Amino acid sequence: MSDSASTLEAIISQEYQHGFETSVEADTLPRGLSEETVRMISAKKNEPEFLLEWRLAAFRRWLDMKPPEWASVHHPPIDYQDIIYYSAPKSQKDGPKSLEEVDPELLKTYEKLGIPLHERAILAGVAVDAVFDSVSVATTFKDKLAEKGIIFCSFSEAVQEHPELVRQYLGSVVPVQDNFYAALNSAVFSDGSFVYIPPGVRCPMELSTYFRINAKNTGQFERTLIIADRDSYVSYLEGCTAPMRDENQLHAAVVELVALENAQIKYSTVQNWYPGDKEGRGGIYNFVTKRGDCRGAHSKISWTQVETGSAITWKYPSVILRGDHSVGEFYSVALTNHRQQADTGTKMIHMGKNTRSTIISKGISAGYGHQAYRGLVRIARAAQNARNYTQCDSLLLGDRCAAHTFPYIEVKNASAKVEHEASTSRIGEDQLFFCRQRGLTMEDAVSMIVNGFCKEVFKELPMEFAVEAQKLLGVSLEGSVG
Amino acid sequence: MLIIKDLHASVGDKPILKGINLTVNAGEVHAIMGPNGSGKSTLSNVLAGRENVTVTSGSIEYLGQDLLALEVEERARAGVFLAFQYPVEIPGVGNVYLLKAALNAQRKHRGLPELDAMEFLALVKDKMKLMEMNESMLYRAVNEGFSGGEKKRNEILQMAVLEPRLAILDETDSGLDIDALKIVANGVNSLRHPERSMILVTHYQRLLDYIKPDYVHVLAAGRIVRSGGPELAHELEKQGYAWIGNETSGQEVSSGS
Repeated sequence: MSDSASTLEAIISQEYQHGFETSVEADTLPRGLSEETVRMISAKKNEPEFLLEWRLAAFRRWLDMKPPEWASVHHPPIDYQDIIYYSAPKSQKDGPKSLEEVDPELLKTYEKLGIPLHERAILAGVAVDAVFDSVSVATTFKDKLAEKGIIFCSFSEAVQEHPELVRQYLGSVVPVQDNFYAALNSAVFSDGSFVYIPPGVRCPMELSTYFRINAKNTGQFERTLIIADRDSYVSYLEGCTAPMRDENQLHAAVVELVALENAQIKYSTVQNWYPGDKEGRGGIYNFVTKRGDCRGAHSKISWTQVETGSAITWKYPSVILRGDHSVGEFYSVALTNHRQQADTGTKMIHMGKNTRSTIISKGISAGYGHQAYRGLVRIARAAQNARNYTQCDSLLLGDRCAAHTFPYIEVKNASAKVEHEASTSRIGEDQLFFCRQRGLTMEDAVSMIVNGFCKEVFKELPMEFAVEAQKLLGVSLEGSVG
Repeated sequence: MLIIKDLHASVGDKPILKGINLTVNAGEVHAIMGPNGSGKSTLSNVLAGRENVTVTSGSIEYLGQDLLALEVEERARAGVFLAFQYPVEIPGVGNVYLLKAALNAQRKHRGLPELDAMEFLALVKDKMKLMEMNESMLYRAVNEGFSGGEKKRNEILQMAVLEPRLAILDETDSGLDIDALKIVANGVNSLRHPERSMILVTHYQRLLDYIKPDYVHVLAAGRIVRSGGPELAHELEKQGYAWIGNETSGQEVSSGS
């Protein structure tokens, strides 16, 4: 009879499976950050004057800011002068017009990750805007979307083609001075995605982006802006994996969502970046600012995230409930294994009347994983009849991991109803024994129990993405839980 | 099918089983009775391979293999099934999902094709009728919010789906009212088969009114102290376990032909 603890140990200690590197010639700026770097990035991208000014303003604010220290994560200080701020795959220069023109090396990388880009795009009806390093390499279904007046393109393209929209909305949800990483992103962001859904249009397909980080030492600074005009609907999917590497990589993205009157945005993420090796070396630092603004009455924004990767995650997808009767949702599964650290959660800022928010957070810790849920629910004075329901559950595997919950609740209107539930549990020996007695391996048993624990969140994911999420969780469970 | 020889086992430092001898042939139903603390559940757990029980000496041969050398899931795939005294809840995992995963894991091991969703549903719905279970229970989380009776019926449903060679029913009658007991017993009886053996572990004779065993063994202080036919259970019912306690010598009988 083997002892279950040691079997569990063996499962937990398996290594990340998606680690490999593709060689693609990169067009790269030298290391370091100065006003000159910002100007060069802007010039390389042939940006209009207003954007350069905006970047420079952000850079100047950033110079006076300090990295946040309140998060429950630990890492050596980051040398921002030792980072390469711009790197584009060379094949991008001529701009591929279709998938056939895309560098086959890139496509192969996606294949290895089990993401058959064209098949996926065609069969699943998903338009894919794949980001390889810092520049979008393939955008599909654009014509079909264009028929409905939907704009789905790389951020750089939006800057060239729709500068008025970019100018109107960029930074309107996450201002440049919002926080240290958002300011940095605003100064140096290289590319990302842009979506505009016109009034009354329901986007006929899930919009999807796969992010990858590839070139060495390249901090990746994505910028995503999604605008749902009144009475529109869009579901956006973001997923990522990254190759094995040695040095820590900084990733500081900013995502801004704007929902106008009666509009709905559903934003789903599956994140599986390289978490570092068993000792925590070489993983990605994922310091992301994601925020949605329910600007119009009866609007709705939902964040769903499955976070299994990165060495350190610092991420709080939030919703500002400005419009009356607007709705904010946050569904999250976060998994930390080995030496991974995560400080994640959400903010629900209720400003309008009759606004509602729901927070469901599921944290799984294994190995020496260290995890914190940090959530803020703020009910402003004017937010009459606001309601919030929060549920935070933590699942522990083994006895060396940790889970913390930091709920912040600020209520300034007496009519508010705010509920908070929290639980912490362990995977029971009884449950494992039961599953194995029915013929399942330890690995499958752990995977089944953990997936059951996450079910409330998975059911919020779009169908094709839920499968992907379970697969990624499965891979991370092999590499992190079971 | 099953030959247990001079089995000694401990939980922690405490010896619980102190020399069990038992032979179960194919198709036989054996009842193991005994007072609380006599080692009944420990015996069930040893057979299933639970890790908190340590076998200190003795052997268990199952279908010609050394059972003690097999992992928990290997035993299950070889056809050993334990119906739990306290069925475990698994939040968020659909009953149907667990059943299908378990059956397919076992079929795969035996070189049989895995069943797809349609084939599996047809099979499981058929078995559910047997247990008089509502189909909605398939889609609820495993045992979550189930009543005591529903949980026990669910255990027997799993047995019906997995079709084990050796089924160990650990106090399956405990916590059942008479109607539920009849349904469970019906289910178990319908699963009796010349190639399938069963071990019923129970405190009370009541279960044996509905499931007729071929042999009855009385376990006391970690040893089988009496063995006989179904009449032994009735004798026990009349006289109570104290009667056994008086026969301290404890003759050990391995039964079966």
